[in-house]
Amino acid sequence: MSFDPDTAAIRFGMGLGPGLKPPGSVDEMIRVLRARDAAAMQYPIPRFMSLLPDISRLAELQKDRRRTKDKARLKVVMAGIRDLRRSSRSAQAEYLKASVARGVFSADGFRERLTRFWADHFTVKGKNGILKTAVSTYVEEAIRPHLTAPYSQLLAAAVTHPMMLLFLDQVTSAGPGSRMAKRRSGRGLNENLAREVLELHTLGVDGAYTQADVRQLAELFTGMTASHDAGFVFRPGMAEPGAETVLGKSYGGGRPGMDDIRAFLDDVAVHPDTGAHIARKLVRHFVADDPDPALVDHVAARFAQSGGDLTEVYEAMLNHPLAWVTPDRKTKQPFDFVVSSLRALGVPEDRLMRMKPRQVALYLGLPMQVMGQSFENPTGPDGWPEEAEAWITPQGIAGRIQWAMTVPHVARLDLPDPRVFLDVALGARASAALEFAAKGAATKWEGIGLILASPEFQRR
Amino acid sequence: MQSRRNFLLRTGALGCSLAASPLLTPMTFASAPWDNRLVVIILRGAMDGLDVVQPYGDRNLAGLRQKLKTGEAGGAIDLDGYFALHPALQGLMPLWRAGQLGFAHAVSTPYRDKRSHFDGQDLLEAGTGFDAAGGVRDGWLNRMLQTVPGLEADTAFAIGREELLVMSGAAGVASWSPDADLDLTPESQQLLQLIYAQDPLFSKAAAEAMQIAQALNLDGGADSYAELLKGMQNTMAGSQRGKEHVKIAEFAASRLRQETRVAAFSLNGWDTHNNQRGGLTTSLGRLSGTLLTLQKELGPVWQKTAVLAMTEFGRTVRENGTAGTDHGTGGAMLMAGGAIKGGQIYGKWPGLGDSDLYAGRDLLPTADVRAYAGAAMRGVFGLEKSVLENTVFPGLDAGSLPKITL
Repeated sequence: MSFDPDTAAIRFGMGLGPGLKPPGSVDEMIRVLRARDAAAMQYPIPRFMSLLPDISRLAELQKDRRRTKDKARLKVVMAGIRDLRRSSRSAQAEYLKASVARGVFSADGFRERLTRFWADHFTVKGKNGILKTAVSTYVEEAIRPHLTAPYSQLLAAAVTHPMMLLFLDQVTSAGPGSRMAKRRSGRGLNENLAREVLELHTLGVDGAYTQADVRQLAELFTGMTASHDAGFVFRPGMAEPGAETVLGKSYGGGRPGMDDIRAFLDDVAVHPDTGAHIARKLVRHFVADDPDPALVDHVAARFAQSGGDLTEVYEAMLNHPLAWVTPDRKTKQPFDFVVSSLRALGVPEDRLMRMKPRQVALYLGLPMQVMGQSFENPTGPDGWPEEAEAWITPQGIAGRIQWAMTVPHVARLDLPDPRVFLDVALGARASAALEFAAKGAATKWEGIGLILASPEFQRR
Repeated sequence: MQSRRNFLLRTGALGCSLAASPLLTPMTFASAPWDNRLVVIILRGAMDGLDVVQPYGDRNLAGLRQKLKTGEAGGAIDLDGYFALHPALQGLMPLWRAGQLGFAHAVSTPYRDKRSHFDGQDLLEAGTGFDAAGGVRDGWLNRMLQTVPGLEADTAFAIGREELLVMSGAAGVASWSPDADLDLTPESQQLLQLIYAQDPLFSKAAAEAMQIAQALNLDGGADSYAELLKGMQNTMAGSQRGKEHVKIAEFAASRLRQETRVAAFSLNGWDTHNNQRGGLTTSLGRLSGTLLTLQKELGPVWQKTAVLAMTEFGRTVRENGTAGTDHGTGGAMLMAGGAIKGGQIYGKWPGLGDSDLYAGRDLLPTADVRAYAGAAMRGVFGLEKSVLENTVFPGLDAGSLPKITL
């Protein structure tokens, strides 16, 4: 066991910062994680449910727009649609700002990292309207409250969430023998969510499932849908009658309902392939792109023993020596790079919180996108890549250097002395070459930029 | 079965395109060995080949696709009496008539059965089969470049924010995104080189970034903070303007007009499980816009260019219950450019009857999509068949390569 506070803050948190005490032990990290979520109270992000009134209103207005013949009325409707869209876009900037602020100011960096990890594992994207800007509210509702729960609970919260059901097309999927399919020709099954639950969320692509399991699970999932006013809805009329056999076990057969779906999710959450998949993913995210199998196996074993108790799974990782002695070979993803930079700089809270949506875009959102990570918006349901090579490309590093040279001085007018900053940001991790560069820089902003752009700061 | 993706992740191959270019070596612009150009577009998400090039002469099609209207009923444009083109590609018909647009149908990679996008794309870009000789851990375009000694890094360009496995490997390849920018004071540049010296990944990426920025004249020689901040703000504002696929095509063309001979990038948005009519129309609009931008911006160079657009697999022959299609097997590849012998649809049509299908649900692949990519490389760069079969696409039995170029 070679716990070290700086590594705890850098590898498992959002980094070091002036006046921010790094964790003192694994027990402390776990204790803080189990305590109330102070950062979410300090920098609130609404839950998805609270957006439903606006989502319903927008849907009504859009219906009106299609039906209205009256020109004056149409004008009012269009203005209403524009206003809702505009306010949802500025709300999205506020979500990004709150997510950044949590990482910059919180004492519990591990919670922020786990939130990003699981939000990525359960990637969703909104396809239109307010949903396009609502991903943070899904994370707040379906992910963040379940970080220390049994995996089955997190899995169910994410997979049955309206954002997931919409993203992976479950909302329109109807059993081929359902009442709806009989009534309306052409309505039937959609395999999308079923496949991704097996491939991405549970067993992993190498797991023990076949196309027949995908199909059966798609049938089992029918009935789960969402509405504008209620959010999640189970519609028995869309559900496939009869039992389904998934991974060799039969589910349902009686009156269709959520119990059968939950029973399946409970089973698959503790499947050995799921444990192995989650253990490997977690260790790859936190410790090494190419992790030591001994550490992965250790974490997977605890997953199995504890029935997927996530707190125990994290403890298994954090209490293993390899979590601490593995060299810093991972690269911070752009969000973490930006957040840990602002944290190291000791950015004044009011300066960050006063940023208008346009500034949030200019100094935070768009730069992350240029670095290759559009916030909460990866290309596909498999989320962001882990490998350092996927981020440290010529275009990616150009974005990081450009940001490091310019935005710190916007975020903090009185930049610290680079020599002092070097110690604050990196502790013992600074190399002699970096120390030389920090001292040799002609201006403060270049010195700070060089330190943030350095491999020592970007690796962990 | 060992997943290709995990194999690549374990060996750390995803993403490494290590050129032997130490920091202080200036970028040289030696003339490229070829005059022709090859552009490879990876269509991520599994394009529905049956909807893009519709076999409306097959009497089964209309029954399989009732909501997704096909042929005349869906406004498709007849190509050869048997196949019809999706209406969203209408803008490409002048290319078809000029013999500069063609398709290969009922093609696939060797990937089967699990129908995962991510493994499917990795396999498409690696260009190997699951059972290919072990140790292959790079992309097929990169292996093609490795067979030609002495290439300069700007001979091949990977474009976009995301890394491209198809271009990754030991051969030097340039990589850039049209919205990237880098301007540094000379002092910062030197100090950065110093702090990156101990980390090969950072050192190589930064050196290439500096060289590319210089070659593209992004490097304005700013010497004050105010100028750099202004430049950064302009970059960010610019990244919001314009259509991404058009910017990528313009950037590709600007490089291909000069020393670059091979360019690759991705187009996303083909995973049409739901309301395929809408989603596919949008994505095909982007593909069409990309090709027409390339044609316009390449000018006379278009005549020497072959463009291949490939996807990880096709989609189910039957539409699903939500007016879309699910993951399938056989699909279609698009080819375009003045170097292409277009105006035709290549391949052996397997039919759409119940007994013709793969696993009772998918279009049966009758050819390996790699054979067509190989044929294009043989046509435009004169690669030997044995090099294609042994090095570029190990394990491929290309048979007699179809002749798809002029």
